[in-house]
Amino acid sequence: MAHGPATLADGWKAYISRWVFTTNHKDIGTLYLWFSFAMFILGGAFAMIIRAELFQPGMQLIKPEFFNQMTTMHGLVMVFGVIMPAFVGLANWMIPLMIGAPDMALPRMNNLSFWILPFAFAILTSTLFMEGGGPNFGWTFYAPLSTTYAPESVNFFIFAIHIMGASSIMGSINIIATVMNMRAPGMTYMKMPLFVWTWVITAFLLVAVMPVLAGAVTMMLMDINFGTSFFNAAGGGDPVLFQHVFWFFGHPEVYIIILPAFGVVSQIIPTFSRKPLFGYSSMVYATAAIAFLSFIVWAHHMFTVGMPIAGELYFMYATMLIAVPTGVKVFNWITTMYKGSLTFETPMLFSIAFVILFTFGGFTGLMLSIAAADMQYHDTYFVVAHFHYVMVAGAVFSGTAAIYYWLPKWCGKMYNETMGQVQFWVAFIGFNIAFMPQHFLGLAGMPRRYADYGLQFADWNMVSSVGAFIYGGAQIMLLFNVIMTIRKGKPVVEDKVWEGAEGLEWTVATPAPYHTFEKPPLYK
Amino acid sequence: MSDESTYYVPEQSKYPIAAATGFGLMAYGAASWVIDSSNPYILILGTLVMTVVMCMWWNTVITENMQGLANAQLKHSYVLGMLWFIFSEVMFFAAFFGALFYLRVIVNSWLGGDAAIGIFDDTPTDAAVANNELLWPGYQAQWPVMETPDQAANGDAAIFKGPDQAMSFPGWSNILSWLPLWNTAVLLTSSFTVHIAHTGLKNNNRKQFVTWLGITVALGLIFLVLQAEEYIEAYQHMGLTLDSGIYGTTFFMLTGFHGAHVTLGTIMLMVAFFRSLKGHFTNDDQFGFESAAWYWHFVDVVWVGLFLFVYVLD
Repeated sequence: MAHGPATLADGWKAYISRWVFTTNHKDIGTLYLWFSFAMFILGGAFAMIIRAELFQPGMQLIKPEFFNQMTTMHGLVMVFGVIMPAFVGLANWMIPLMIGAPDMALPRMNNLSFWILPFAFAILTSTLFMEGGGPNFGWTFYAPLSTTYAPESVNFFIFAIHIMGASSIMGSINIIATVMNMRAPGMTYMKMPLFVWTWVITAFLLVAVMPVLAGAVTMMLMDINFGTSFFNAAGGGDPVLFQHVFWFFGHPEVYIIILPAFGVVSQIIPTFSRKPLFGYSSMVYATAAIAFLSFIVWAHHMFTVGMPIAGELYFMYATMLIAVPTGVKVFNWITTMYKGSLTFETPMLFSIAFVILFTFGGFTGLMLSIAAADMQYHDTYFVVAHFHYVMVAGAVFSGTAAIYYWLPKWCGKMYNETMGQVQFWVAFIGFNIAFMPQHFLGLAGMPRRYADYGLQFADWNMVSSVGAFIYGGAQIMLLFNVIMTIRKGKPVVEDKVWEGAEGLEWTVATPAPYHTFEKPPLYK
Repeated sequence: MSDESTYYVPEQSKYPIAAATGFGLMAYGAASWVIDSSNPYILILGTLVMTVVMCMWWNTVITENMQGLANAQLKHSYVLGMLWFIFSEVMFFAAFFGALFYLRVIVNSWLGGDAAIGIFDDTPTDAAVANNELLWPGYQAQWPVMETPDQAANGDAAIFKGPDQAMSFPGWSNILSWLPLWNTAVLLTSSFTVHIAHTGLKNNNRKQFVTWLGITVALGLIFLVLQAEEYIEAYQHMGLTLDSGIYGTTFFMLTGFHGAHVTLGTIMLMVAFFRSLKGHFTNDDQFGFESAAWYWHFVDVVWVGLFLFVYVLD
């Protein structure tokens, strides 16, 4: 297409076929990002239903059965439909630009990876309308809740997970092949931007553990429909086996979610500190170390399941080890800012909030890793608070930072800084009002995933619900801000949108042309 | 890293969206089918769409390669893609092998009440003893699990029943009638024959290449026939079925998934064989064949693991 990508001016048909048949990494990145935001609204709506019901004790709005479906679907949609696709979208957009490649290594497979997702989530969401309701066993779908006692729709859930997994594996293989094979001359591994590094390690994790998730749901499928006894002690199996297989996937999965976020923050903080990243190579090694450790700590999610004491101790100490490379990262981000010439544009605000709140979430993680103490914390709101600090203030904040940071490069328009900063503060305050009290609720003993609670938990639940709605409102502001930027934003002409930015992505024109680096640049 | 020739990026393609549609139909259809076995139609439709799309897609890729559109760098992307795909397959089997080890070593001893405190002390824990006495009285830890905990505790009222006979090593006197041994011989041989074919291709010896590739395909098919025979025997004469307790579960799931992968590998080799008859592949352009050969070695290695841990070691 010599005349460039089809726009609406070329007619609907051409415009739609551009997006459906595209092999362009920028188009596919855009599709991923918009899909992710659509799912964010859906998963957010589920969260709002949960918080509205929990605003007061007693059952007001929905039935407990539906509440269970909401907690399950909220988790599944947010993890598999929002955070993962958002970072894959960023990877699609930025990795070829950052390493000087003309496109992703396998462009058609790239399109397939994306277009599987709408089908997968259509299937998953349709379960809510099926007889017996949707999945109601929590996003971790422990057997036998998800096998013996599951609604029939669990079969649709299983196959939706299967094709999502296939999509993730193909996407990851593509990223690995791109990074290993498509770097511009001179772009050696140890010169790659940290976002590329964190993503290639994430892709490795994905290729390693998505098949294990496929194994877990396959075992469920067989137990439910074909009389096998993987998770049934009567036949010689064990429900705890499910937890082992699931968490062997699940723990690396949480690093799959957070490592690209580390990468984003490691790009943004140097830009607005006007200093190179402190300790680049230690950042790379720390990322690799975290990825390695993620494979050998899974059972810290299972301290209360009745493991032998030797197992408890091993998983406790191994888990605590992760604090070391993570500490290296936090230290490096702070040291990058130290004596820097700091400015606080919206991406930087989100990144600093990321460092603070992620560290906070990391510390509660350290508390949870203490096996003895976990007997009290396990399955309480303390855990809910912990993982929302790392997933929302971690992954979602850094994703938001990334959007503000690269949006001018993508569409050639600058977002409204005031609006961005207002959105940041609303999100930051709303988030903390929503999730800080959940620590107190958890420590006081409120269990997670319950539709109702005792009166002693009423006050903090009310506060938390108010915060959740404020935080939800902040996302509408984000959407508004992005749309306004695309439609009416002030045009940006500089290739290097941010004064302190470094890297190949800032050497191409703004907005980034449809095809970039058709001849590889020489990177020094 | 990039060289000077241009990397081929197709502008648009209709295949991915067609494949995604087929895949979505397969997923929806499979779930509909397991719930209501009288409704396999969506699954069949999805599978058909998927098959047609994959044939067309690969056909296009092969044509592009023959037109010279695929430069060395693009070919390397394909190589990386295949190798990492095989790695993901390794991890899929790792999940099932991991489950097998956990079930055989840890779960079994808990159900039987002799799970010990640690490596240096083999006194059963109170919890393990209670687990056995209260929940599954009479269950003895054993592998293969011929009598399930359900049978030990509930006798004939049990829902989960063990097999009458296991597929394990039958003793030296019966070894020649033991199908798994023959399967092992066939599959290991096929890994050598595919290597001989590969060497022939590398040395531009077409006759050696085509002949030994054909032999490999034949061995793959023989393996599948023998495995079908083994399954028939298990179902008809040994009372060993998918639902005969944890032994039947692990036996059929591990060998079944392996068999599915052998089927896939055989199809890949068969395609390579027919392409080789048409004169495709040269000593420096052989990704299609090479990837099938790698895949074949992978299923072979998995089989060695299966043979040891599912069949031989008690």
